[in-house]
Amino acid sequence: MEVAKVENVTRVYKIGKVETQALRGVNLSIESGEFTALVGPSGSGKTTLLQLLGCLDQPTSGNVSINGKNVSNLNRDQRADMRRGTLGFIFQFYALIPTLSAYENVEMPLLLASHSASERRERVLQLLEAVGLADRANNRPDQMSGGQQQRVAIARALATKPSLILADEPTANLDTINGEQVMEIMAKLNRETGVTFVFATHDPRVIKFAKRIVTLSDGLITADERVVAAAQPA
Amino acid sequence: MIQILSMAFRDLGRNRRRSFFSALAVAMGLAMLMLLAGFLNGEMGGAVDTAVRLQSGHLQVRANNYDENKTSMKWEDLIENPDQVAAKIAALAPVSVASPRLFASGIAVIGDKSAGVRVIGIDPASAANNPYREGVLSGTFLTADDNNGVLLGQPLADKLGLKAGDTFSLSVNTSNGDVDEQPFTVRGVYTTGTGGFDGATIFMSLAKAQAITQTQKHASTIFVMLKDKDQTDAVAAALKSPNLQVLTWKKMNALTLQTEDLANSYMIFFYLIILGITATVIVNTLIMAVFERTREIGILMAIGMKGRRIMAMFLTESALLAVGGILIGLVLGGLVVAYFTYVGFHIGNIGYTGVMLSDTIHANLTPAALVNLLIMTFIITLLAGLYPAWMASHMQPVEALHGGK
Repeated sequence: MEVAKVENVTRVYKIGKVETQALRGVNLSIESGEFTALVGPSGSGKTTLLQLLGCLDQPTSGNVSINGKNVSNLNRDQRADMRRGTLGFIFQFYALIPTLSAYENVEMPLLLASHSASERRERVLQLLEAVGLADRANNRPDQMSGGQQQRVAIARALATKPSLILADEPTANLDTINGEQVMEIMAKLNRETGVTFVFATHDPRVIKFAKRIVTLSDGLITADERVVAAAQPA
Repeated sequence: MIQILSMAFRDLGRNRRRSFFSALAVAMGLAMLMLLAGFLNGEMGGAVDTAVRLQSGHLQVRANNYDENKTSMKWEDLIENPDQVAAKIAALAPVSVASPRLFASGIAVIGDKSAGVRVIGIDPASAANNPYREGVLSGTFLTADDNNGVLLGQPLADKLGLKAGDTFSLSVNTSNGDVDEQPFTVRGVYTTGTGGFDGATIFMSLAKAQAITQTQKHASTIFVMLKDKDQTDAVAAALKSPNLQVLTWKKMNALTLQTEDLANSYMIFFYLIILGITATVIVNTLIMAVFERTREIGILMAIGMKGRRIMAMFLTESALLAVGGILIGLVLGGLVVAYFTYVGFHIGNIGYTGVMLSDTIHANLTPAALVNLLIMTFIITLLAGLYPAWMASHMQPVEALHGGK
């Protein structure tokens, strides 16, 4: 089943009078359960593509569909609804709310989606357990390491059981061990829950986890390979 | 809502010093407003009450052609048989007291000192004159048969160097246009707390005043106090007669009431200035918070928080600052207002003629005025949060995630 589809998408940024073409006509289809890496050098358009898939931005031309629904022309509230119900995000800079505990950060999307208190509690504890942070539920971000914060962010991204999780350079700020750990958790969740992951990276240690590698260069997809036997750790 | 409240509370706690000083700005603004409102109400509200109690009464009944500015002593300008007229008025149910008074102008002289004075002949036994009786500082009050005693206001006594028991000379205009001069004894020295009145007013018994001014069985006015001042117009209508004019306290204190209106208008400007400064502090605080938390706003948007919820979050912070500020302001303002309510603020005789301003202003903050101020402060502080909240809620998620760049 197709989770996301990008058709002839261009994205042009205007800064003053200067126009920058971040994407120049991209076509991409993401199937359910995929673990896809968007790779390419800085400025190739990886992050822009993720933002469009994540309804954080709108294409200059072309269409983006999520679960068969065209999201290119949705208004702000409709895009917010789409993000809340269907999409999960993991950012390079962990992106936790500093005043909230790990538990509350994971709970936030569930609150926004109006889940009941008991549902929220059950789901949050389950997710923190899944990312190995059940004992850190009451810790605030400044009381956790970078790796732990990113694991909380993964738990938060999964909270509303989204169809698609988008991760932008999820290991860029982590050391090797923590980076590996985060990728292992993401790969495990992908295997066990079937949730679709698309992550932008240019880190070879991350790419080795991908089942599909989409390469971008200068705003165009230049390669799209499926890795038959991904180098999954035992 | 509880979550938004909880988040807003924690967000304010991130920079406690800044939040405290913002709330303090609200508190200082409110305290200042409380003090201003208390002073205004204490002074102006007091001025009308004082003028009614000491000078105008709720009503005055005078002869049709009596002109107050001329202090006429002519019989045709005065009320004949004032005791009978007063007794008739006093018999009306809404009337508390009605008492004749005779006004004359004169000059008090002792040695090389002199002062222009207003002589008021009163019925010493009447309850209408209780405010003067209660204000006696030394000596005694007058009696109906006191033939050469007078009451002097304290500033006048000080000016002339007189005290109870001293004798001085008083020249008074008479009904036939002459001036009669007689020695009088200071029976007592009084104060009403109103320097402008006390510094120029001498009381003597009505009988003596009628005798010296040769206005036997005549008075300038019947001074009327009502049980309820709201009955003024009804009683005035009842007293209407072809030969008499009936003046209401509103007409007689028009200048005071106008001054009060003017002061109220000025006060609105003061309110706006104070609240404007307070609002600026709140706007500044919240804009700083929006800038500092731009990336977080982006994260909240990314996980699906809608603009109006983000707006509600910042407005809640504004409301919390308002509530905190109001609570601190109530304590600060309450203490200051309480001090000036009981101790007062001495302004002396500022020489503003026509309005009976007390020498000491006692703040008087009514519960209704306080509630108005609290509501006004809360609304203004909340409104101050509107722009920053709007700014936060209208950010583009992508730009916000990159820190607004």
